Amino acid sequence: MSQIKSYNQHNKLEANFKTYLIGFILSLFFTLSAYFITIKHAFTKDTIIVLISLAAVIQFAIQLLFFLHLGKESRPRYRLLVFSIMLLIVLILVIGSLWIMSNLNHNMTIKQMEEYMVQQGNGGI
Amino acid sequence: MDELEVKTISHKKLLNRLYKKEAPKFFETASFGFFVYLMTDLVLFASLFAVYAVLEGNTFGGPSGQQIFNLNNVLIETLALLTSSFTMGLAILSMKKGHRNKVLLYLVISFLLGAVFLTIEMNEFSHLISIGDSWRRSGFLSAFFVLVGTHGLHITVGLIWMAIMFFKVLKSGLSESNARRLTLMSMFWHFLDIVWIFIFTIVYLYGVLGL
Repeated sequence: MSQIKSYNQHNKLEANFKTYLIGFILSLFFTLSAYFITIKHAFTKDTIIVLISLAAVIQFAIQLLFFLHLGKESRPRYRLLVFSIMLLIVLILVIGSLWIMSNLNHNMTIKQMEEYMVQQGNGGI
Repeated sequence: MDELEVKTISHKKLLNRLYKKEAPKFFETASFGFFVYLMTDLVLFASLFAVYAVLEGNTFGGPSGQQIFNLNNVLIETLALLTSSFTMGLAILSMKKGHRNKVLLYLVISFLLGAVFLTIEMNEFSHLISIGDSWRRSGFLSAFFVLVGTHGLHITVGLIWMAIMFFKVLKSGLSESNARRLTLMSMFWHFLDIVWIFIFTIVYLYGVLGL
């Protein structure tokens, strides 16, 4: 009895045409809206950037759920674990790089850079 | 079980073994390692995105994204890749139902859409190079070519893989090993579409906005 129940549960979790179609239509919607918001300049620049970034993140989630079936695996959820670690590494990598580079830019003026290059024997800019 | 028995196993029996009773477990365990690979590949792309974000403003007197991006072409590329990802999902569904011919049909459609994507991208690249805006022009263009080019390289590998799988399914049908390979290939293809979402947004849309 319990076997039948778990089998049915599995079948319900299995991907079918409907989930793919929903994923496809939602992705299409977010892609097109991001595109039209950008070319029409309907809002201020900051609003547009927030909106299209949001559209990208939502589409990322949609495709992970509906196409790659993340979160539909049976327990223990190793995939979710690997995915979370990947997300952590990516965030550290991207945010860290941008932080360090902007800090370096901030702390070095063009004059300083030219002095440094002359000092190194490269003749300046 | 000797080889002859494996070969003469009836289609229905095979389907039952592959797609009904042990199906979820089979596909999960068979594709877990590949999933881990995809996640490490995503880290590779993330580092290229970080490089791009850092170098985006360094145009060194050359053109900025606003001047060289053609958003109409990029939208066609995006839609082609998205639809291709969708038809690849349909191919996997047909595989799970055991419809060999439908699998072949969806593979052809996905391949053609992927080829459309790659053709537009190659046209963009060759146009940029021909007007002198290659990766040698500026830091921005170097980062652009490396990021988008790495994605394009993945797409090329995916297309070759798809062509190979087409002939494998044509030759030996939906056998156990072919089913596994098709599953991994579909994951690879969906993954490339996911990476493209961010290239579309961060490189092209932000670029056109002049961020």
